Amino acid sequence: MKKYIDAIGMPRLIISSLFIFVLILGGSIGMPMGGFLTDIIKRMGMYGILVLAMVPSIQSGMGPNFALPVGIICGLLGIVLGQEIGVVGFPGFLTAIGISLPFAIFIGFFYGKFLNMIKGMEMTVATYTGFAIVQFMCIAWIMLPFQDGTMKWALGRGLRNTFPLKRTYGEVLDNFLRFEIGGVSIPTGLLLFFFGACFLVYLFTKSKTGTEVLAGGMNPKYAKAAGVDIDRRRIAANILSTVLGAVGIIVYSQSFGFVNLYTAPLMMAFPAVAAVLIGGATASRAQVSHVIIGVVLFQGLLAVALPVLNVLVPGSNLSEIIRMVVQNGVILYALTKVNTGGRR
Amino acid sequence: MNSLEPNKIDIKEILKHNIVVIIFLILTLIGVSLSGLPPYFMVSELVSRISRNSFLVLSLIIPILAGVGLNFGIVVGAMAGQTALIMITYWGIDGFPGILTSVLIATPIAIFLGWLTAKLFNKTKGQEMIAGLIVSFFATGIYQFIFLFVVGGAIKLYDTPMLKPDGIGLRNTISMGSKYGEGIKYGLDYLYRINLWYLLGAAAFLVMAWRIFKAVRRKQRLNPLRIIPYAALLILCIVIHVTPSMRLMANIKAPVVTWLIIAALCFFTVLIKKTKLGQDFKAVGQSQHISAVAGIHVDKTRTIAVIISTVLASWGQIIFLQNVGTMNTYGSHMQVGMFAVAAILIGGASVSEAKISHAIVGTILFHSVFIVSPTAGKALFGDAQIGEFFRAFVVYGVIGVSLGLHAWKLATKKIKKAD
Amino acid sequence: MDKYLLQMINIKKNYSGNQVLKGIDLSLKAGEIHCLLGENGAGKSTLMNILFGMDVIHSTGGFEGDILIDGKSVDINSPKEAMESNIGMVHQEFMLIPSFSITENIKLNREITKGNPVSKVFGERLKTVDFKAMNEDARVALDKLDMGIEEYTTVAGLPVGHMQFVEIAREIDKSHLEILVFDEPTAVLTESEADNLLKTMKKLASQGIAILFITHRLDEVMTVSDKVTVLRDGELVACKKTSDTSVEEIAELMVGRKINIVMKNKKDESEQEILLDIKNLHVEMPGEEVKGVDLHVKKGEILGIGGLAGQGKIGIANGIMGLFPSTGEISLKGAATALNDTTNMLSNGVAFVSEDRRGVGLVLDESIELNIAFTAMKVDNRFMKKYGFFYLQNGKAMKQHANKMIEDFDIRCTGPRQHVGHLSGGNQQKVCVARALTQNPDILFISEPTRGIDIGAKKLVLDLLLKLNTEQGMTIIMTSSELAELRSISDRIAIVSEGKLTGILPPDAPDAKYGLLMSGMKEGE
Repeated sequence: MKKYIDAIGMPRLIISSLFIFVLILGGSIGMPMGGFLTDIIKRMGMYGILVLAMVPSIQSGMGPNFALPVGIICGLLGIVLGQEIGVVGFPGFLTAIGISLPFAIFIGFFYGKFLNMIKGMEMTVATYTGFAIVQFMCIAWIMLPFQDGTMKWALGRGLRNTFPLKRTYGEVLDNFLRFEIGGVSIPTGLLLFFFGACFLVYLFTKSKTGTEVLAGGMNPKYAKAAGVDIDRRRIAANILSTVLGAVGIIVYSQSFGFVNLYTAPLMMAFPAVAAVLIGGATASRAQVSHVIIGVVLFQGLLAVALPVLNVLVPGSNLSEIIRMVVQNGVILYALTKVNTGGRR
Repeated sequence: MNSLEPNKIDIKEILKHNIVVIIFLILTLIGVSLSGLPPYFMVSELVSRISRNSFLVLSLIIPILAGVGLNFGIVVGAMAGQTALIMITYWGIDGFPGILTSVLIATPIAIFLGWLTAKLFNKTKGQEMIAGLIVSFFATGIYQFIFLFVVGGAIKLYDTPMLKPDGIGLRNTISMGSKYGEGIKYGLDYLYRINLWYLLGAAAFLVMAWRIFKAVRRKQRLNPLRIIPYAALLILCIVIHVTPSMRLMANIKAPVVTWLIIAALCFFTVLIKKTKLGQDFKAVGQSQHISAVAGIHVDKTRTIAVIISTVLASWGQIIFLQNVGTMNTYGSHMQVGMFAVAAILIGGASVSEAKISHAIVGTILFHSVFIVSPTAGKALFGDAQIGEFFRAFVVYGVIGVSLGLHAWKLATKKIKKAD
Repeated sequence: MDKYLLQMINIKKNYSGNQVLKGIDLSLKAGEIHCLLGENGAGKSTLMNILFGMDVIHSTGGFEGDILIDGKSVDINSPKEAMESNIGMVHQEFMLIPSFSITENIKLNREITKGNPVSKVFGERLKTVDFKAMNEDARVALDKLDMGIEEYTTVAGLPVGHMQFVEIAREIDKSHLEILVFDEPTAVLTESEADNLLKTMKKLASQGIAILFITHRLDEVMTVSDKVTVLRDGELVACKKTSDTSVEEIAELMVGRKINIVMKNKKDESEQEILLDIKNLHVEMPGEEVKGVDLHVKKGEILGIGGLAGQGKIGIANGIMGLFPSTGEISLKGAATALNDTTNMLSNGVAFVSEDRRGVGLVLDESIELNIAFTAMKVDNRFMKKYGFFYLQNGKAMKQHANKMIEDFDIRCTGPRQHVGHLSGGNQQKVCVARALTQNPDILFISEPTRGIDIGAKKLVLDLLLKLNTEQGMTIIMTSSELAELRSISDRIAIVSEGKLTGILPPDAPDAKYGLLMSGMKEGE
């Protein structure tokens, strides 16, 4: 029995049970299953790439990417600049990605160099430098001279906190080849994009560079003995992670239909970290399969819990509380399994 | 117990050691001049903020001493304090008795929570600081569960404005006033107040007198640097009192009892360092391995440090809220961690070293920057928001840089030791 | 009739099936300086760990035998209990906190305290530390060692010799100290510091303290000790009065043994071509520093490198492979080659099997097939398929190759995808060797090839190396602490002591010569 529990992992077991429990609860009070499934699938595509960003980071030995906000900022820059230029529809979506890429690569490179200097405490430092950069960008959002009417405040300076993508490329991916089946609406474009990204990341892990990244992360001495330049490989992994963060927020925003600036990115790393951990990853091992499983379980749980609890216990914020407890509990559990520090 | 301190004044060394403090001093001065706030307002705000925040910042010192690093888990202690305040507000215990009762209630809760936090830290050695951050989120979730849901639901409360309209869960904002009156607001502060400048002037005079006396008794040459700052302070106090245009300023009062309590904590911290426990803290903080071989129980020592810190944080939060007067039920405790940590870092502390002076100086500087940022931002950029974002940037930036430097030092040390 | 202060009787220790101590007797009188000698793995450290109650003994099943102090049986289960039995130990790795003062280090966890009002309520730990009394005690201890340095000086920044004396001061400050163990104390000292230490030892002995002195420097043994005990392979080989023996005899006792493995048939004059020429090699490998080695490796030979632990033999291969900062000149196949460049060495046909099997040699949580294929992948792009600019792993090729290796080396596993961490030590070693051989190297550096492997597997690995050498003409440089295995298959054996080459001997040279070289006496001394 214990062997099975260990194989599946405590966090996964607990959260799967919770998930199934809430699903059954919802079903028993007559909530539409089709609606649930639609929501779960949509969330998978929405959040998926942000969670994918955790894989290169963990594999290279830097732990989950708590500095995901940095990549997210690059993506937001892409969206905002794209909006300023005024391209709409699918080309608009691609423009945003295209603009964000150079930022993500550039920043990913330097941030990777920085992380190489602080091996052993990447997670801690990343969190706070990520926070600092987000706050810095808040100042930028106000001060940069954007003109676009949708983004700007009508009166006063700077960009709005939130602006819609409805007229540009909101849900452009989602609606691509969308079809209905059994009461469930499948956002084909979104899924194609997400699974495509998963495939690309998978290919990366099997590539020469990716294999070297993996070796460097799992046993730096072993990799060094084979002549691998570990520092360079870590930078490569960081660039990939930042790029995924940038692309991830663009996909998220188009699916959500709105762009959230200012302090929104601050807390976006944590749900992504929790998701990959729930999927079975640890702070030192992760695969693409963990991403898919994790995002379905975690976001699925939240997707179902919110409406169900709203019906059962109206007016309460229980689902938000569940999110806080589950999300942070999982991360804490993973942290206790990290084998660094201790003796000095 | 170090080798004899040289008596000479090395300007370069002073600069190098205190670079962070100096940067923030400059930042403050720029901010003050830009913001155009009246000095009287600044000083009076500062006195208020120092009074209510110093205790929290001081509670960070012991964990740093014991090698646990920056204890972001003091948020958990703050929650314990808040829980106690909620109870006494509901029961209508006002004023100073209310404060005493809340301390009595908060302490056992804080001891328990501190013990749990310590267990976590002992399992996440090397990653305590991020574990502390995440545990504060986690604990907030549980806290919210209790007060948004259980209270009013499973635990019924009667006849109180504290509950939400639908009867389940506490309101987002609770005033510390109760149905009987002002509640515990200023329960500590207003016990006794003295004119700020009398207090400072007297203190400065006493310190100078003590230092001169010690030097004469030991027949040592007195380092002028050890007297000049206090003489300057004394002169400042006299000037303010005498100048007619500074009348508003001259009338600022300081909450003596609160300050005495803060002084007591400083005293307590100094004393603890001199005990066997304090020596153990230092040993464990320097090297867990060597301490263990010498027979010191490393985990237990760290646990004691964290528990003390958590309890102090709970009292600190009570002091904080009695001054502010209103509790942001679900949010007051969250920023406590970041602000206190940023403050002590700005005062010159690091992840591995912290003194009382760091805490006090840091609190003064941090809150000065805090006060002037919005108005300075408005003056400089035409937008107060920018000032607010700037100060948040400063908070995170200071913590990030400090952690980065510490991590870098650790990494280079590891490379030197290698296999 | 002097009573024995310490008696260790019939001590046996078993580490998961490996009998490390096979019944050792050791006796010590007050005021006696007793040297403990032996090669690596002879059991010296284990014996001392037992005496000092170290956790590594008790968490692995304890030990058999008795320890008597002053004729009474004692049970020592922790360093603290050892202390209570009046035993002190000066460790090889200093247990000093750099930012503490000498006094604070001497009194670590034994601070002198005074009661105060708070401690009466809250307990022992809140008593005030009495620095004044502590400083006085420290002063006394330092004076006993003729150390003039101020007791409140911070330890960081003290020269190494002084630090060692602080370690000693800490031990003699423990009142009632009767037995003091020194574990290779002179390893880190300069010559004058070492002389000073030996003088101090004599002084302490004259004050009645019994001293157990672990060293490999035979000259020190002769200078300072009263008695010598030699351990070999976990057995007591001899216990003699120093005055009754000589350096040569001790050296021979240390090294000599029945050779279990058949000696290799000496081949006729091997080719004289020098494949690898090493000049003035210095390697900064912590614990195994190389301080100027000149060596040349002939094509087609098996060159053995031997010596005691920590003397630098391990550093040579690591340095050449670029794993630790090195200086010097090397030329490979006649061409000058850069140091500190792992990739360069690997692409020039040099392969390396590290002494640290689990730390450097393998990725434990990955499959056998990946472990075997990795180096060849990185260096030669093998097991990869090219797709335009990118290389992707060729899973099929990896699996095929792994299966072949599994068969060739008889690696016991559930399949090529099994995680290496689940294999036995011997099979893990086979995977390491397979990885190196996958590169098809011309030169193979292999360090500690049979460490931690059972007898049967040992023979297999050595036979394999022999086969590679005789059938494929591979040049092999084998570094090992087990002289016997070196002598069984090497053509020549170089001995390294204190980071330098002390001599090169043929496998059949007499034991005594080997012993002398290993203790640092150069050929011809």
